[in-house]
Amino acid sequence: MTSIKTVLAALVALLCLAGSAAADDAAIRAGLAKLATAKGFAEIETVVRELGATGDPAVAKPLAALADGNLYVRKSDSSVFIGNEAGGSLALLDPVTGSAAGTAAKGEMTKIRVNNAVRRAVREAAGSLTLGGEDAAARLSAADALFLKPDPDAIEALDAAIAKETDAAAKARMEQARAAAVLVSDRSEAEKSAAIRLIAGLGSREALNLLTGFEASASGALKEQAAAGISSIGSTLMAWDGAQNVWYGISLGSVLLLAAIGLAITFGVMGVINMAHGEMVMLGAYTTFVVQEMIRSSAPGLFDWSLAIALPCAFLVAAAVGVAIERGVIRFLYGRPLETLLATWGVSLILQQGVRTIFGPTNREVGNPSWMSGGFELGQLAITWNRLWIVVFSLAVFALLLFISNRTAWGLQMRAVTQNRRMAASMGIRTPWVDAFTFGLGSGIAGIAGVALSQIGNVSPNLGQGYIIDSFMVVVFGGVGNLWGTLLGAFSLGIANKFLEPYAGAVLGKIIVLVLIILFIQKRPRGLFALKGRAVEA
Amino acid sequence: MFKITTATRHLIASATMAATISFAGVAGAQDDTIKIGILHSLSGTMAISETTLKDAMLMLIDEQNKKGGVLGKKLEAVVVDPASDWPLFAEKARDLISKDKVAAVFGCWTSVSRKSVLPVFAELNSLLFYPVQYEGEESQRNVFYTGAAPNQQAIPAVDYLMSEDGGSVKRWVLAGTDYVYPQTTNKILQAYLEAKGVAKDDIMVNYTPFGHSDWQTIVSDIKKFGSAGKKTAVVSTINGDANVPFYKELANQGIKAEDIPVVAFSVGEEELAGLDTGPLVGHLTAWNYFQSVDNEANAEFIKTWQAFTKNDKRVTNDPMEAHYIGFNMWVEAVEKAGTTDPDAVIDSIVGVSVPNLSGGYSTMMPNHHITKPVLIGEIQADGQMETVWQTSGLVVGDEWSDYLPDSKDLIADWRKPMSCGNFNVVTGKCGGQGTN
Repeated sequence: MTSIKTVLAALVALLCLAGSAAADDAAIRAGLAKLATAKGFAEIETVVRELGATGDPAVAKPLAALADGNLYVRKSDSSVFIGNEAGGSLALLDPVTGSAAGTAAKGEMTKIRVNNAVRRAVREAAGSLTLGGEDAAARLSAADALFLKPDPDAIEALDAAIAKETDAAAKARMEQARAAAVLVSDRSEAEKSAAIRLIAGLGSREALNLLTGFEASASGALKEQAAAGISSIGSTLMAWDGAQNVWYGISLGSVLLLAAIGLAITFGVMGVINMAHGEMVMLGAYTTFVVQEMIRSSAPGLFDWSLAIALPCAFLVAAAVGVAIERGVIRFLYGRPLETLLATWGVSLILQQGVRTIFGPTNREVGNPSWMSGGFELGQLAITWNRLWIVVFSLAVFALLLFISNRTAWGLQMRAVTQNRRMAASMGIRTPWVDAFTFGLGSGIAGIAGVALSQIGNVSPNLGQGYIIDSFMVVVFGGVGNLWGTLLGAFSLGIANKFLEPYAGAVLGKIIVLVLIILFIQKRPRGLFALKGRAVEA
Repeated sequence: MFKITTATRHLIASATMAATISFAGVAGAQDDTIKIGILHSLSGTMAISETTLKDAMLMLIDEQNKKGGVLGKKLEAVVVDPASDWPLFAEKARDLISKDKVAAVFGCWTSVSRKSVLPVFAELNSLLFYPVQYEGEESQRNVFYTGAAPNQQAIPAVDYLMSEDGGSVKRWVLAGTDYVYPQTTNKILQAYLEAKGVAKDDIMVNYTPFGHSDWQTIVSDIKKFGSAGKKTAVVSTINGDANVPFYKELANQGIKAEDIPVVAFSVGEEELAGLDTGPLVGHLTAWNYFQSVDNEANAEFIKTWQAFTKNDKRVTNDPMEAHYIGFNMWVEAVEKAGTTDPDAVIDSIVGVSVPNLSGGYSTMMPNHHITKPVLIGEIQADGQMETVWQTSGLVVGDEWSDYLPDSKDLIADWRKPMSCGNFNVVTGKCGGQGTN
């Protein structure tokens, strides 16, 4: 503790001098040199704390490199460098000034190894170092770190920083961090009571965490106040939990919709029980993989565009395979559902084993472009970018399909052929080609679903099997032959699943949904939106 | 050439949906060879993990033949495909033993496939080397367990997390796939944690179906559970395909290893190959071997493997090392006994000690489990693990857990005169029943 006190004293002094005074480089270099000789993680952690104690912002850079595993020791003279991998060797940077210091083969350098305890120590040290920094975002993240790991000795430094802070968000966060620190300090009851009020007002999970920790050791009026704060946060969070479940449900629903929408055409509109539908999704995912590999090797700058490039490719690949299956197998089997089922199941096995032979049985890595990674918080809702984009994408695909089927000549022919084949043929429609293209469209849509699903799951030969049952479930539940039914079916199944899961668990939840669907089908054999009229019997 | 023929055969096999037709890797029986059966799924859901082990066995047999074979005879691999179909494992095992007359079988991955072949091996008296970490509570005369028992993986991992080094974890999430291995392991861990003074409220157990892909709710539950003011960790027995979406969701929801570390028992180098590990750095795995272990034997093994598969990016993993150990133990036991007769090998293999790939020796114990070091590794950005902690010595595989009331009095010793896999030390009788 005393060492941290000295750090903070130094930090306060530093802030008073407006950051002009910097501890000399030599002290930092001496500290870094200790890293080279440190034995074990505990010693490295001590050195990190010592370096943090210098209070010099220049320490932040080597510490960040250490946490990222980029700090190296040169074997020949035990000097420390920041190393960045560049084509099999390491480009060295001076740890303090950041200037280039030549390159070295990997064998000449030893990486300084870190574990989670060291990473935590770096994060905490960096928190106090950047509190007075130039960059508002860095100050905000420093305040974040202090809020999560409150330290009574940091109160003075926070006071000084709050007085100087001009950025409203950073200032608010610093005040919260100060309140958190007050809770664990030995300050007066009045101050603590104000701190509890401030923190309870946040209503967030972290605030709950802090108050729960405080309540366990508090007594008297403060304990009661903390308990009241906990219950008020608890009820706020409960409401948010409901909203979060709806979001999760929508997100699961969009995945179901994507997987099922191609099937809504091949099964729903054409009436073909296509067991190879999941494999079309898989082909789309593998196309994404191939496209990404090509981009990685020839044009790495385009990586963020890889999904956009993969979409048309995946559509074409899956559609081509779909047309081939229709022309080669299914057209001989129209009106014989059992044979179609068996034949397409065989096709699905062939496709799986084919992919396994070409790409190997193990998972393939499909990367997330930067705009698909991470997440953000809306109030207390955690929303991840990949899920959000998939929801948007699934709705876009749905709208496109609806447009094709209801507003284009081809869509009209498609519906005409499926409703009354002979009549359509006498009107001059080439029914075999309409069949092939409709099947191709359904398969192509499954292919682009594969592009999206590669972002949340794994890309392996078995990928399709995970979706086939769910897809049929959605189409049957929604009502065969109706795109709107598929949309509604997907989202209601998704939301029902997510509301059941917290109470029943994932395994039982899934079973309950299945049982409910069976009961529902007993009552309404044609699903949510039954087609009416003569088309039904066709 | 072999690769192509196998590939074509796979295609044919699936096209005709004739997964039931056995196809031998090398045809034609000759008397001057010793046959080794390889019983790993090459199609179906488990192909993702087991195909690698088939290749590893072919490589080991190939290498042994280069050294002159065993007892002056060449070894010959007989490869069959049980197609991830549990009853088919038993059929294929029966074919291998009675039709192909193999001297020993290396195979199985899931516990249910192992349970399905046990009666066959007992009835026909042959040998099975099982290379995967499993839930324990079993010891059979004809089976050699070269993977980890729970005390060689799960318990040391929990010990590490409880230690100051591992972050003094006080609150535990036990998350697993819903089948026998995670359930038994979690039962043992729960009993162990409670014996260590962890309150029931501080343990959350969660099961998910095979291939579970929507982890949003569970990951946010873990986040919730972790915000109770105590250091929290996740012990994951999530299997196979479900891991990739699980880790992707962890990364996207911003759960960092510094805050809530996840220690996994079923995630190895192979599984990580399908994943961008950048956001996962610092999450942990517990195994008895990592590809990154730095010693000569391992470097040699990796080199041979990459040359054999003609792919300089192929990774090695723990079950491969288990086959390496098991195969060498069998070779040594056969040389010692002077015959491949199963009874003679069962007698001679106990006490056989061979080098493992983590820099030491592993010994076959009388309970048919082996000694192993336990390593805790951190996932790195390049998809490899880096050892952050390891047991000071070798750990003997404990077949009957000491922490389960049903099995704590049981021991196994296959040496004569005891020759019993479930001896109850309290009643002094052979034939106790464990948890399964």
